[in-house]
Parts: sequence; C-alpha cells; structure tokens
Amino acid sequence: MNGSVLTLVEYVGHWSISSVRSLGKAGYLTTGALRALRNVEIWGPRLVPQMVSVGVASVPIALFIAVFTGIVLALQASYTLTGAVPIYLVGTMVGKSMILELGPVLTGLSLAGRVGASTAAEVGTMRVTEQIDALETLAYDPLAYLVVPRVLAGVLMFPVVIVLASAMGILTGWSASLTLLEMSSAEFVRGLRLFFLPFDIQFAVIKSLSFGLIVTGVGSFYGFHAKGGAGGVGMATTRAVVVASMLILVLDAFWAVILL
Amino acid sequence: MSIVLRNVHRAFGRNQVLRGLDLEVLDGETLSIIGFSGAGKSVVLKHMVGLIRPDSGDVVVDGQNVSELDVEDLNELRRDIGYVFQFAALFDSMNIAENVAMGLRRMPEMYDDEIMARVSECLALVDLEGTENQYPSELSGGMVKRAGLARAIATRPTYLLYDEPTTGLDPVTVTVIDRLIVRMKEELGVTGVVVTHDITSAYRISDRIAMLHDGRIRTSGTVDEIKESNDLLLRSFIEGRPELTERAS
Repeated sequence: MNGSVLTLVEYVGHWSISSVRSLGKAGYLTTGALRALRNVEIWGPRLVPQMVSVGVASVPIALFIAVFTGIVLALQASYTLTGAVPIYLVGTMVGKSMILELGPVLTGLSLAGRVGASTAAEVGTMRVTEQIDALETLAYDPLAYLVVPRVLAGVLMFPVVIVLASAMGILTGWSASLTLLEMSSAEFVRGLRLFFLPFDIQFAVIKSLSFGLIVTGVGSFYGFHAKGGAGGVGMATTRAVVVASMLILVLDAFWAVILL
Repeated sequence: MSIVLRNVHRAFGRNQVLRGLDLEVLDGETLSIIGFSGAGKSVVLKHMVGLIRPDSGDVVVDGQNVSELDVEDLNELRRDIGYVFQFAALFDSMNIAENVAMGLRRMPEMYDDEIMARVSECLALVDLEGTENQYPSELSGGMVKRAGLARAIATRPTYLLYDEPTTGLDPVTVTVIDRLIVRMKEELGVTGVVVTHDITSAYRISDRIAMLHDGRIRTSGTVDEIKESNDLLLRSFIEGRPELTERAS
C-alpha cells in the first residue's frame, strides 16, 4: 500500500517537474521567437514558401472535409427539424454551424494533423541531424529561420483555409438541401440570412488565427526539442498533433465563453 | 590569435563531462583531440563555437570570451569559424550550391554573382565540381563530408573545427579527407581543431595531439611525443588494447 502511494507521489512529482520544465521551455521559445521577429532578412524570404506549404497545400483536405460536413449538416438539420419548425431553418443551422463551429474546428483539427505533424517532423529531423546547430554556426538565428515563418504562415493562412472550408460546407449543404430535401434555393437562403451576423465571420477568423498560432507553435516547439533519432522525431510528431488537437478544443471553448 | 579553454566545467544532468578542462590551440596549427567514446570531445568543440556554454570557466576565441558574447557579437565571431559536422549536417531541402552559399548569404557585402563564384571555388577546392545542382541524398558519404567542408570554408574562416571528419568512411576516402584537412591549413592558413577516434588520421594531419580523458586533457604533445609516450591509457587507445586501460586506471 505504502509502495503504491509512494509510486503515485513519485509519478505526480515527475509529472509536475516535467510540466514546469516544458512551460519554461515554451516561454523561452516564445520570447526568442518574438525577439527573432526583428531578423526580417532571415524569415522574410521564407514566409511565402511557408504560406504555400501551410495554407495552399492544405486547401484540398480542408475542402474535402467541408464537402461532406455540409451535406451531413443539411440532412441532420432536416431530420431534426421536420414537422417542428419551418424547413428553411435548415439553412440557418448549416450556416451558423459551419461558420461558428464546424468549419473552424474540423478544419483546425485536420490541419493539426497535416501542418502540426509536418512542422514537428521537419524541425525535429533538423534538430537530431544537427542541421539546427549548423544554422547557428553559419550565423543564422534558428528561431528566425525555422519558427517565425512557420508561425506567421499559420496565423495568416489558417483563416483563409477555414473561411474557404466554411463556404464550401455551406455550398454543399445548400446543394444537398436542393437535391435531397426538396427545398428551394429561396428557402435555404432565407434561413441562411435569418440569423446571420457579420460578427459570426469575425468570430470564425479570431478562432482560426489562434488555431494557426497553436498548431504551428506547438509543432515547432516539439520539433525544436526533439531528442535522439527517428524515435525522438516520431515522439515529437505524435505529441505535437495530440497537444495541438487538445488545445484547439480548449481554445474553442475559451472563445465561446469570451466572445459569445 | 588562438583558442584557449580555461578551467571549463560542463555537466549534462548528473553527468559531469568536463571537469576543469584547460586547452590551448596555437595560431596556425592543427590540433587533434583524441579520446574514448563519450569522453566529451564533441562537447569541447561545440564550446568553441558557442553551441554549448560552460557551467564555469572561460572559452576564449580570437581574444573574445565566447560565453559572454551577445547574439550579434557571437554571430560575428562565428563568421570566422567553420564547423564541419560529424555527418556533415547539410540542409537536405537544398542543393549543394545552396548549402555552400548559406554562410555567404549572411554577409551583406556579397552579391549573388560573387556568392556563386565563391561556391564554385570552394567546391573545386574539395574536388566536387559539377555537384552544384545535386542534393545531399544523391551524394556518397565521402562527397557529403567534402560538401560539408566546402560549406565550412566558404566564408574564409580563420578557424576550422572538424567533428569526426573521417568516421564511417573507407580507408581511401579517409586519406582524401585527411589530405584536404592538410590542404586547408597549407593553402588557407587556417587554425584547425579535429576531434577524432582515428589515430592514423590524427598522425597524418596534426601538429599536436591532445588526449581527453575524465573531463580533462590527460596528455598532449607533438605527433612524435605522442608516439613515444609511455602513458598506459594513451597506449591503450593508440594500440586498441583494453587490458592497458584497466592497468592505467
């Protein structure tokens, strides 16, 4: 009994120390990255390629997810609402759900996998193969070279991808309503416009910005602190995806509490 | 100017790797640091370029205390130090020309045409002409090491630090790399520090050899002095005889 209590205390102790250490490292990386912002000559030329890699290359997967989400939303709304409220409210549910919740969160989670994993894997591989040390010996600030352009690209491109995905979800929800639910375009648009507020878009963009920051920041953090060989990079990649996904859900709730 | 390490201590967790290390590298010489695996040879080299900072003690390069320099001054100093990594650490997303040009792109006074001319010159110096557009994954182990050397010399440094430059190479390629190291000293006049396990290679390239053991320099001297040394631990390393290691300790 005493032995298991001791083991539990030890586990909690190790966990606490490791958490505080990780927070310290994250703080150090964040201040370093903020300081590295002044080295525009290092991160500037790398920003556009990163925007393409983080944003443009993510559009297909984001749209793929949005296509099916929009269809399912329309069908589920119709299934739930038929007989209880006017059918044009299908448009309201599809629009509100895609803009406020499903567009940002589903896209954010899918990009946590695609962008977070690739960021952690690339930076982690550079760490364990001494390429980051090589950057330093060549007088480059590795944070300016690796972290700043990735995080800026995430912050700039996540909103673009998420807005596109939300729009696609609404379009496919609309199409499904016309073809499968025997609704007219006028009915769907009426529902879509009924409770629409311009603030909904702002809300989605604010969430998207924070998701972009978290996914690229967490990926960079775990990559930067990867240790060992392939196993270390694999562990860094897994942690980056898991932690970024969890933080997206936490942030989702946070913004709902703060802004709605 | 030279490299001086005074009373350097460095631990990683509970593992005390350097315990009051004193070492001086004289201007224009090539010094090889030998020692058993895990002795901390690469740690010493990384101190010289500021990749690792000492827990205590001084690392002075070109008259400047490396651990006291701010980022700008450290970067300025690093332009004068070339570092050849154990596995070259070439950037695998870039071709060889871009790799060699990386250090030069941090020199604002150099224009693109000058950079490309310097890249060609450095690749010619390590006999890698024509590989400009190839990627590191397309080169052999020896070629990758030479490309790493070309990148290190591109900024025309005063100091060249080599971390296990011949590890994992066949004997002929080892000789090629050794000749290049000698050539760097003779043609470019660089001061070299070589971390190596390969005693034959150390004999070929060094003016002096120092043995690192137990966190300090155990013995140092010219190649002839090292060959004639009666230190049992040194002899065990040179001759590959573990029984002498036991007797020495």
